[in-house]
Amino acid sequence: MMLLTHSHTLLASPPCDAFLRLLDGRPVGEQKELLNKWNEMGTDEPDLSLFRPVYAPKDFLEVLINLRNPNYENGDSLSFRTHLGLIQVPLKVKDIPELKECFAELGLNTGQLGIDDSTQVPPELFENEHVRIGQKVLAEQDSAAAQQYIRQGSPTALRAELWALILNISSQPEDILYYEQLKMNVIQHDLLVDSLIYKDVKLTASNDDYYFVFEDYLYQMKKQRFRTQAHTATRNPSQICQFSSPVLLCFSRDTSVLGHFAYNSASPPKSYIRGKLGLEEYAVFYPPNGVIPFHGFSMYVAPLCFLYHEPYKLYQIFREMYVRFFFRLHSISSHPSGIVSLCLLFETLLQTYLPQLFYHLREIGAQPLRISFKWMVRAFSGYLATDQLLLLWDRILGYNSLEILAVLAAAVFAFRAVNLMEVTSLAAAEAVLADLSTLKVMPLLQIFLFATVT
Amino acid sequence: MSRVPVPCHVKGTVTLQVGDVRTSQGRPGVLVIDVTFPSVSPFELQEITFKNYYTAFLSIRVRQHASTHSPAKWVTCLRDYCLMPDPHSEEGAQEYVSLFKHQMLCDMTRVLELRLILRQPSPLWLSFTVEELQIYQQGPKSPSMTFPKWLSHPVPCEQPIPLLEGLPDPSRVSSEVQQMWALTEMIRASNTSTRIGRFDVDGCYDLNLLSYT
Repeated sequence: MMLLTHSHTLLASPPCDAFLRLLDGRPVGEQKELLNKWNEMGTDEPDLSLFRPVYAPKDFLEVLINLRNPNYENGDSLSFRTHLGLIQVPLKVKDIPELKECFAELGLNTGQLGIDDSTQVPPELFENEHVRIGQKVLAEQDSAAAQQYIRQGSPTALRAELWALILNISSQPEDILYYEQLKMNVIQHDLLVDSLIYKDVKLTASNDDYYFVFEDYLYQMKKQRFRTQAHTATRNPSQICQFSSPVLLCFSRDTSVLGHFAYNSASPPKSYIRGKLGLEEYAVFYPPNGVIPFHGFSMYVAPLCFLYHEPYKLYQIFREMYVRFFFRLHSISSHPSGIVSLCLLFETLLQTYLPQLFYHLREIGAQPLRISFKWMVRAFSGYLATDQLLLLWDRILGYNSLEILAVLAAAVFAFRAVNLMEVTSLAAAEAVLADLSTLKVMPLLQIFLFATVT
Repeated sequence: MSRVPVPCHVKGTVTLQVGDVRTSQGRPGVLVIDVTFPSVSPFELQEITFKNYYTAFLSIRVRQHASTHSPAKWVTCLRDYCLMPDPHSEEGAQEYVSLFKHQMLCDMTRVLELRLILRQPSPLWLSFTVEELQIYQQGPKSPSMTFPKWLSHPVPCEQPIPLLEGLPDPSRVSSEVQQMWALTEMIRASNTSTRIGRFDVDGCYDLNLLSYT
C-alpha cells in the first residue's frame, strides 16, 4: 500500500561466491545414504564455509527504517510530524486501554497459567479446574472453545493436542502420505536453499544455550531413539538439528505454502526453466514454496520439536503456524500483526508509558527498537526459556494476533528500566537486555497492561 | 441488481481556502469535485464507486431535475461520510469505496449534477483526492421467469412399490447414482487450479535466473 525503497536490494546479492546451480538432481547412491541418515541429519552436513545467510534481522530492520510514504509530510527538520522512534510510517496502533480490552483474559482477576500455577499457589484454586476444562474441550474437539480456553494458558500435557485442535490439524493418512512425498522430493533433489537451511540450523538452533539449559523443565526423553512414546525428552543441540532440518527441507519444497501469498503482501521469487525465459508455461517459483529463509528462520521450528514426536505432525503444525502467523514477521505490510505495526506499537508504548527511558535511550544512541527487533522477528524463540515461550505462543494462538510480542517487548524494557536508565551506550543497553532466560512472561505482561499506574 | 456505468465528466478539483491560496504555511483541507453528465438525460443514481486517496470525510451534494419551472436546487445527499477513522493514520487511506442510493439522505431520481466535497483536516498529508470515480445507474431488470406449472406445483409422490427381499431401496440407489453423476459432471466441467504438489515442469527444474519483483 505504500512505496517501498531498498526492499529488493537485500536479495540481489548472491549467497555464495562460487557459482552453484539452484538445483541438482542427486545421484542414486547419495539418495540411499540420505534416506538412511534421515533421522540423523544434523551429524553430517556438506561444507558450508562458502555460504552466508541471505539476510539477517538487522538488515531487514534497515529496510523498515527506510520505509516512507511519499504523501506524508516528512520534512528533514524535526517537527511534530517526525516520529521519535525508528519507524516513520503512520500506521494505527492500539494504546494500553485498547490493549486491555483486547487482552481482557490476561487481567488481574482472571486465572493464568504462568502465574496461578506457581508452587506457592494451591492447585485447587485454579490449576485443577483449568486442567479439567481443558480435557473437556479436547473431548468435545471444539476448536473455537480451545482457542478461547488457551488464552489463559495451556497445561503442558494438553498443549500438543490443543494446538493441533486450534490449527485444525488432524493427521489423516493423506497428510502422512503428503509428508512422505515431500521427503522423497528432498532425497531426490538437492536445492541450493538446503545449504542455507543447514547453515542456519547450525548457526542458530544448535548453538542455542536455551536448548541445553531446559533439560530440567522440558520433556525428558531417551536420547537415542527419535520415535518414542515417552512423554519426557531431553534434547541436545544435535537432536534439534535432527528435527529441524527435515522439517525445513520438506517445507522448502511444499508448493501448498504458495497459497498463503494470496493474503501476504510479498510475492514469491519467480524463475524460468533455463532457456525459456519469459515463457509463462515454464515459469516456476524458487524455492518451490516461495519462501527464502533468513538467518534465524529455523528458530520458528525449534520450540515445536518439544511438543510433537511424529515428524509428519511436527511438519503440519509448523507449516500451519507459518502460514497463519510467522510469515507476518518478515514481510512488509500494514496489517496490525505485521512486523511494521508491531515495531510501531512497541515504540509507541514505550514513548507513551516510559517517556524518560525512551528519551534517555535515544539520547545515548540506543534506539530501543534496535534491541527489541530481533526478539519480535523470531517471536522470542531462543531468547526466553522454552516453557515461557510456549506460554507466550499459547496466547498468540488464543488471540490470533502477534501484538502480544510488541507488548512483551515493551514490558521487558519496563522491567529493566532502572538498569537501563544508568547505561551510557548501545552496547551497555544490549548487555542489560542480553539475557531474558530468567524472565516470566505472564507476570510481566499482566503488570505492564493492568497494574502500571499511567 | 445489475448496474450500468454512466459516462460522466469529472471536473478538476477546486480547493477551498480562506485567505491567500498561494501561501505555503497551510494546506487546503477542503476540495470540491464537480461531476457533470453532459450527454445523459437526468437518471436515477444507483451507486458511486471510487478509490480513496487520503480523504478523511466526504460530503455529496446533488442537483436534481425539478418537475415544474422552478430552477434545480442543490441538496445534500451525504454528509460527512467518514472514510478514514483516524485522519492522522493510514487506516482507510487507500481503500475502494462503494456508496449506494439507500445510504443517501434524499432520493436520487433525475440526477443532473453531483458535487463531491472532500475534507482532510490532518496537516500530515501532502495531498488528498478520490480516484477512479464511477457513477452507476440501475441496469435493465433481468427478464422474469415464469416457472412451468409442474415445477411450482409438484405432484404428490405415488406409493412406492413394495421392496423385493434383499434388494436395496431403489430410490436410495437412484439418488446416490445421481450424486455420483453430478460429481463427475462437476469435475469434468471445472478447470481446476489446485496444485498437484509438483514444483517442476515435466520433470525439469533447471533454473539459472531468479527474479524478485
